[in-house]
Order: sequence, then structure tokens, then C-alpha cells
Amino acid sequence: MRTILFWIFSGVAVVSALLCITRRSPVASALWLVTTLFHLAALYVLLDAHFIAAVQVLVYAGAIMVLFLFVIMLLNLGRTGPGDMKGAWGRVVAGVAGFVLLGELLAFRLAAPPGRLRLPAGAVEHAAEEQGAVTAIARPLFEAYLVPFEITSVMLLAAIVGAVVLAKRKL
Amino acid sequence: MTPISGAAFAWAAVVKIPLVFAGLLVLIAFWTLVERRVAGFIQNRLGPNRVGPAGLLQPVADGLKNMFKEETLPPFADRFLFLLAPLMAFVPALITFAIVPVAAPLPTRWGLVGTAIADLPVGFLYILAISSLGVYGFTLAGWASNNKYSLLGGLRASAQMISYEVSMGLSAVAVLVLAGSITLGEIVQRQQQSTWFVIPLFFAFCLFLVAAFAETNRLPFDLPEAEAELIAGYHTEYSAMKFSMFYLAEYSNMVTASALMASLFFGGWDIPFTAWDDSAPWSFAKTAATFVSFWTKTLAFMFAYIWVRWTLPRFRFDQLMDLGWKVMLPIALAYVMVIGVAVWALEALGLPFGTRYALALGALNLVAAVALFWGLDRRRLIGGAGARARGPWRAPAAAAAAARTGGAD
Repeated sequence: MRTILFWIFSGVAVVSALLCITRRSPVASALWLVTTLFHLAALYVLLDAHFIAAVQVLVYAGAIMVLFLFVIMLLNLGRTGPGDMKGAWGRVVAGVAGFVLLGELLAFRLAAPPGRLRLPAGAVEHAAEEQGAVTAIARPLFEAYLVPFEITSVMLLAAIVGAVVLAKRKL
Repeated sequence: MTPISGAAFAWAAVVKIPLVFAGLLVLIAFWTLVERRVAGFIQNRLGPNRVGPAGLLQPVADGLKNMFKEETLPPFADRFLFLLAPLMAFVPALITFAIVPVAAPLPTRWGLVGTAIADLPVGFLYILAISSLGVYGFTLAGWASNNKYSLLGGLRASAQMISYEVSMGLSAVAVLVLAGSITLGEIVQRQQQSTWFVIPLFFAFCLFLVAAFAETNRLPFDLPEAEAELIAGYHTEYSAMKFSMFYLAEYSNMVTASALMASLFFGGWDIPFTAWDDSAPWSFAKTAATFVSFWTKTLAFMFAYIWVRWTLPRFRFDQLMDLGWKVMLPIALAYVMVIGVAVWALEALGLPFGTRYALALGALNLVAAVALFWGLDRRRLIGGAGARARGPWRAPAAAAAAARTGGAD
């Protein structure tokens, strides 16, 4: 059952990702990206990562992509415009970059993950059963990795301040 | 008796899904009638009472009418998205209800059956996640219609819903802190152990209530479809069944928001003043009684939606945004901190979780509420454009004194 669901969700995710980069209309692209993100969330659920799945939908599909769509609609980019691939060189560079990325992904796929990253079978289910889906994430995040977490939040704050300064020259 | 799992759980879900959704749709259909009758009552007229006894068949007539009306398609609309948008609004609105437990668990031959379709481990996050997807329906409807009024309505809808989702999530954080859990089942349980969370978390309830009105696009926050400004906003170009879909989406959002307020702040299916319904042994009678209790609370909130609709006038859009970002968000953030510190302090004092614990937090809320409303009631934070031009409000005596000394106000 899980295998069938995995193939369905991953198939839809891959197809909609392809459609996302091949559609001319920005609105269609954005919507296909939403579909991709939603199906990724479904894959997280299959991995028993319920929290990540909920946050994926909440933050990416539900908030960030809505803002994308909002901007696209405000600029009225909805109708098809010219493609942004210019000239032969652009195509060559894009092709090379694509193949490099493909090679990297294949290398990752073939190399075995380091032993320290591998969990014993059933460890995730056990932790989720024992502590609940959220506590299992919250404990390491706010205890062992508190400093990186805080540094990330400072980074986001800097981004917000930057956006406000750019948008409002006169404060 | 242990909760059912595995195949039995799947079969229970197969039974529960059509049951819950059919029930919801019937409730929604009748609530359109209730809304019109109550509106009539408030405006001192009768409302629809011609079809069937006391107008009870009116929803059927409306449904038939909408099914046989002409489906219009504007010539320059984006065809596919125009057809997709009503569905995108309707489906998330309906499936958010899936995790709300509507009664005490029901004992059966196969084990204990929960009354939510699935009490997910991520609980409340699921509701936030799915309801955030509902924005797409309104936004796309506005954009795909290729109509300026529709586009404005769609943009307003997305801006409003994103803004108020933040306050809604943050006000619920206080509930999650106090409950120590994120699943709705456990939140209800913790309220049975102490008091309903509306007492210890009065502020969070007020914020949640306002945010819920904004999230469901109901008056006084129905800016996306403000008929005096935008004809009908995002659904201007829609007719027949597609228009009904938006209507159904609005009402099912209302049901879910009311059910959430009942579950998070009013004890869910808990029956007040008795401990009979709180614990095992479960029985059919308990399930039935708690079911009635839950729906009494939920329908009371749904009634409040109608009541408020005919009581408060519509906000202006800039006032709406000011309220969301400059008033509700800071209050919600500060409140999370206050509750966090208070819970930490009470735990440090060694007070066990229970009624006294909740009442102590309630007293804290009372003090904070008096202080806050003192500040809010001076038109310093909320006020029309006129108020801003006139400057902050002053008591008549102070204003008169200022006038005597020649101070310009």
C-alpha cells in the first residue's frame, strides 16, 4: 500500500515539477509548483514526518506561494510573455548546469549515507509514538540546536529589515 | 477498551467520511435558511416562509434553482482556472472539519471509535495548513474572471486571509501551550481536567474570534465581496452551481471556525458542571449526550455570526489591515509571552494543573484585559481617517481645558 501511494505521489510531484518549468504563463507555473509542494508533503507523511508535512503545506503551499501569486497578479504577468532563455549560450549554460545537477543527484543516490546518519529501524515511529509528532522535533530544535535556530531567526529579521528599507526609502 | 487501529480504523473512516460530510452539507443547506430567517427576525420581517412548512424546503428549492440555472463563462476568462477556482475554495473548507472530535468516543464491537474522522498527530497544524490553501480559490476566481472588480476582490481576499491567519495561529499558540499538546482530542481532555480555556485564555479567545470572522470573510470583514464597492467581488462573474460552491465554501468555513472555537475554548464535547462524560466507561448514551453538547456550542457560534452580521457595519480596507497588523498581531505576540511566563511561573510554584491553575490564569487575564481596553478605548490605535486628523481622543474636560488655554487640537 505504502509503495503504491509513494509511486502515485512522487509521480504527480515529478510531472507537476516538469510542468512548472515548462509552462509559459507565470500563474500556471506557480500553481504547478503548489501541486509539487503539496505532493512532497504527502511523501513526508509516508515517511512518518507529520510535522514537516503540515509545515510544508502551511508555509510553502499556503503562505509563500500565495504571496507569489499575489505579486504575479498585481504585476498582471498572467498572459504569456517571451521566454527568458536568450541565445545559444544561454541554452548551453543551462544544459551544462542541468547535467551537473543530475550527476550530483545520481552520485548522492549511489553513495551510501554515513553510518551516523542512519537510524535503527522503527526509531522514528517509536519517537513519534512516545513524544508526539511535535515534541519529537521541538526538543532537539530548542535544546541541542538552539543557537543555530536563533541565528536563523536573526537572518530572517535582517531580510525583513532589508525588504522594508528597499520598499520605503523615506521612513 | 482500546482504540481501534489498522484495518478496523480504515473501515471506520470509510463509514465516517460520508456520514460527516453528508451531515455537514445538510447543516450548511439549512443554515442558509436559518440565516435568512434570523436576518428577517432582526429586521422585523418574516424572511422566506413559503416553500414547505415554515419555509423548511427553501434550501431544496434554492439547490434545484441553482442546478438548473444557466452556467455563464465570460469570453475573456481563463477557462480552466475559472472552472477550478470554486472547487479550490470548496474542498479545503470542507476537509478541515475532518479532525474535529464531535462527541465522546463510541464503543463498538471492534474497539473504541473516535468521533473525528482522524485525530491527526499534528492536530491544529493540519487545520491551519488546509485552511491556508483555501485562499487559492478566492484569489484565482478573482484573477481568472478577467474583471477588475473580481481581481480587486480576489486580491483583498488573499491579503486579508494571509494577514489574519497570522493572528489566528498565534492566538491558538496560547491554547497549545496550556494544553501541552497539539491534537484536538487532548486539548478537549485538558479542558475537562480544569476549566474551559475561555477563562484562562480570554484574550486568545477574543483574538481568535475576530480572526475567525476575518478568515471566513463574514461581516464586518466581508471586504472581498463588499457589494457597495465591488459588485460582488471575486464571484461577480459566477452563476448557478459554481456560485453555490462559493456559498457552500463560506458556510463550511463558518461551521469549521465555530467548531474550532467550541473545541479550543469551550471544552469541545465536554458537558459543563459534571464529570460523568469525562472518562471511561464509554457508552452510547455518553456519545449522544456529548454530541448534543458539542453542537449546541457550535450552533451558538454560528448564530453569533449572523447576529454580528446585522449588528456591525463593514470596515474600510485600510482599517482592516491596521487592525490585523498593528493591533491584533502585537497583542497576540505579547500574549503568547505573557502566557508562557505565567505557565512557567505556575509550574515553578508547583501548582498542579487543574481548576485552580486555570482560575489563577483567568485572574491574570482579567487584569490584563482591563489595562488593554483602557488603552484601546482612546482611539489611539483604531480610528477612522477623521480621528487620525483630529489627533488622539481626549476626555471633554481635558479638551475644554486645552481650548481655554488656546491649545490647538
